[in-house]
Amino acid sequence: MTSRLLSELVVNGESYGVAIAPQRTLLEVLREDLDLTGTKHGCELGECGACTVLVDGEPRLSCLTLAIEAEGREITTVEGLASETGLHPLQRAFVELSAAQCGYCTPGMLLTAKALLDANPAPTRMETKQALSGNLCRCTGYAKILEAVSLAAEGMGVRR
Amino acid sequence: MTIVEKPRTSVPLQAEEFAVVGKPLPKVDAEAKVRGRTRYADDLRLPRMLIGKLLRSTRPHALIRRLDVSRALELPGVCAVLTGRSLPIPYGILPVSQDEHALAFEKVRYAGEPVAAVAAVDEETAERAVGLIEVEYEDLPAAMSIPEALAPDTPRIHGEGEGPNVDRVAALEFGDVEAGFREADHVREDLFFYGGNTHLPLEEHSVLASWEAEKLTVWSSTQVPHYLRRALAKVLELPTGGIRVVATPVGGGFGGKSDPFPHELVAAKLAMVTDRPVKLTLTREEVFYTHRGRHPILMQVKSGFTGDGRITALSFKNILDGGGYGSFGAATTYYSGALQPTTYRLPAYRFQAVRLHTNKPPCGPKRGHGTPQPRYALECHLDKVAEDLGLDPVELRLRNAIEPFSLTVNHLRITSCGLVECIEHVVEASGYREKRGRLPRGRGVGFAVSAYLSGAGLPINFDETVQSEVHIKVDQGGGVTVYSLAADIGQGSSSVLAYVVAEVLGLQPGEIAIVTADTELTPVDLGSFSSRVTFMAGNAAIQAAEKMRDLVLEGAAEALEVDVERLAIAGGRVFALDDPERGLEWKQAVSAASASQAPLFTGGIYRTPELAGPYKGSGVGPSPAYSFTAAVVELDCDVDTGMITVDDVWIAHDVGRAINPLLVIGQTEGSVYMALGEALLEQQSFRDGLLESTSLFDYKSPTVLEMPEVHTHLVETIDPEGPFGAKEAGQGPLLPVIPAVANAVHDAVGVRIDEVPITPEKVLKALDLAGKGKLGRVGPKAMPEFDFREPRRVSPPAEALP
Repeated sequence: MTSRLLSELVVNGESYGVAIAPQRTLLEVLREDLDLTGTKHGCELGECGACTVLVDGEPRLSCLTLAIEAEGREITTVEGLASETGLHPLQRAFVELSAAQCGYCTPGMLLTAKALLDANPAPTRMETKQALSGNLCRCTGYAKILEAVSLAAEGMGVRR
Repeated sequence: MTIVEKPRTSVPLQAEEFAVVGKPLPKVDAEAKVRGRTRYADDLRLPRMLIGKLLRSTRPHALIRRLDVSRALELPGVCAVLTGRSLPIPYGILPVSQDEHALAFEKVRYAGEPVAAVAAVDEETAERAVGLIEVEYEDLPAAMSIPEALAPDTPRIHGEGEGPNVDRVAALEFGDVEAGFREADHVREDLFFYGGNTHLPLEEHSVLASWEAEKLTVWSSTQVPHYLRRALAKVLELPTGGIRVVATPVGGGFGGKSDPFPHELVAAKLAMVTDRPVKLTLTREEVFYTHRGRHPILMQVKSGFTGDGRITALSFKNILDGGGYGSFGAATTYYSGALQPTTYRLPAYRFQAVRLHTNKPPCGPKRGHGTPQPRYALECHLDKVAEDLGLDPVELRLRNAIEPFSLTVNHLRITSCGLVECIEHVVEASGYREKRGRLPRGRGVGFAVSAYLSGAGLPINFDETVQSEVHIKVDQGGGVTVYSLAADIGQGSSSVLAYVVAEVLGLQPGEIAIVTADTELTPVDLGSFSSRVTFMAGNAAIQAAEKMRDLVLEGAAEALEVDVERLAIAGGRVFALDDPERGLEWKQAVSAASASQAPLFTGGIYRTPELAGPYKGSGVGPSPAYSFTAAVVELDCDVDTGMITVDDVWIAHDVGRAINPLLVIGQTEGSVYMALGEALLEQQSFRDGLLESTSLFDYKSPTVLEMPEVHTHLVETIDPEGPFGAKEAGQGPLLPVIPAVANAVHDAVGVRIDEVPITPEKVLKALDLAGKGKLGRVGPKAMPEFDFREPRRVSPPAEALP
């Protein structure tokens, strides 16, 4: 049995004590130890973007991140995107425009888009495309996803 | 032309009368998806669960001389190891192709074929155990291409001896094709090759199996719970009633999760052997080897035309590269010929097709199943014919366009048909006529059309007399639950069920609970393939809902003392038509109904009408309705690099009626995307018997940066037999885009790429040839020698009818 490190991970504002084997990825620990299965895997090689989470607000591929690297940092997964007052504007826009078909790429898309809008509240279409270019989707042709990000940006702008 | 009598139906309601149908509503499962709460198969976990892993063949074609699992069994944490002998009963999706084993039996026929399986306490242990299994192979010469499969000295991949590795043949002739060619003013023949590609669902296949109290439960990422249960019953020798299959939400299917698979059978067997739940999730590399994707097809197209552009005869010869096993291939072979006549009035038509076995992962159904390849060939061929005749390619199509309510030359019944409307829309919206031949060099437009099934008219097995059955239960609190085996693969089938039931019952979709894709809880539906679910499950749901509406109205009529004919149901109320104030809320109406009409439980079914033509081989092609599509592609083709950038796609799709336009547009955009991937980038290639691309880096698919603007237009022809007039949307829109790209490349730079995918290398090679004064074309040069079967001769319907 590989030795494990007792660690504390802060995910969606909640603190979890976990024993982590050093070679385990953040993706594995989120899904298998913390039961946060909203984060998806599509390749385990950093190619598809399905496993994207936010680490200190930055999009990170959780399949290429060791869980122990994330200790002491703020991790946000799709489960932490909605607040007590309801869905995040991006989530609302994805629902409204049916930007999620099979839904498998959706968590990664949402978190990548959140990082974009947090840094750039009114991105151009090309800026949005560039931000999402590492997230593959096989269902939608990306059209409704781009529209949803734009709709969410407008909604968030109005709210400000 | 033969006219089909329009079925007599009640006058379709106008869209503005609907409360739900036709509205751009959210999907019923959308919130769970954006919250990350949708439970896909690999998200499931059970107490004491083991992890399963497969050992896969590293050889494309070999005899298994020795298989020693003893070291794997000795590894602590390993609970079971299986080999081919553990699961000796063959299976396959089609009754005619029961040629697969869950684990290879004495011989492997493609690299990646599962050979042994392990269940262990965790993934690491399972992986180590797989590495400890010893296999000795005796290699056989492998057939990795059509010419190699046809070579007389290639060992047979199935059966004994040598010779051409023929799996299936199909050959039909309608009318006198040779006479048609003789009468023609212009005869042209072309060769095309469509390379293989794969579905690449983002979700890797996954299955969880549990064996408790002599009962097997399997949760799987499958499009076909019904067929998976049949295969499990056969291979595991269990009564069908003792197996529960749950299709978990599918994270991308596109046809790639339509076969029963080794990993599913193996996980079930491992659960039975170990008496513990077993989960088996494929890696991305394994998904590539699991495949069942697009068949590579070599095609010869020949047509005859009159000088004014009327077709006199059309013929196709197709050679399909099928891979190591049958899968859906017998159907694919017929599909490679069946749907060409759905868009054009053909006086005579012939197709001869052969599917070969090769030592590659088996091909199967991918979006469009066997029809994108010949559609690409046909639409590129017609572009060339138009050029020969000096005709506008659009005009050529219009002069031969199939008409609504007619029979095709191969006896397919066309009902509603918006082909001409689709053509006119995309041509107008894109400015195709103004642009073609007039854009600067390097820029071009291309055009093509297509048609597709709204569900295969015939089931896979003869004992499947009902295509879809839907049940509805209303509880005492007024809650409505709909039960259907239809598997939601992201296309929105659960939402469609909610919309149509809500419409009939005067409720909102959010008030309808949907229970789907569980063989224990829901009545039969044959599966999410052939674009059948909206049409078939939708019709069954409407029937069940209408029966439920009648029960509730009967109960309300008694309570309100109003004649039932004078009652209406809408807006969550039952009320008197001539006195809308007089009525009951839905819940009160349900209460009244349960007093007199209980149980409040109804069912609806959908059976296809008799559609097969009067000939053997007519089982593939019939559908209760066909969708029609037209597309124009505008692109940039760099003459120095060969790089193609698609800027705009105009697409018009006859969907009958859009039950939810948002979802139909989503299907259309997704189809355009997948088509562009196939047209320009995606290809399955092999080296030394192994796949060259087994990662998403190597297997290039379009990202958001490669996607053009897609201008979608929906044409509504209100099909008389469709649910609220609807037809399919999930597959048809893929078809015209690929040839439209090829035709646009020709318009841009004057060369013909008669081979998909259209890569920069091929464009540069064709430009180079043209520059040297040769024919600017890249594509197959000859059909290999093959003695196609003499076609069975069938009279076209006009002659057959009195």
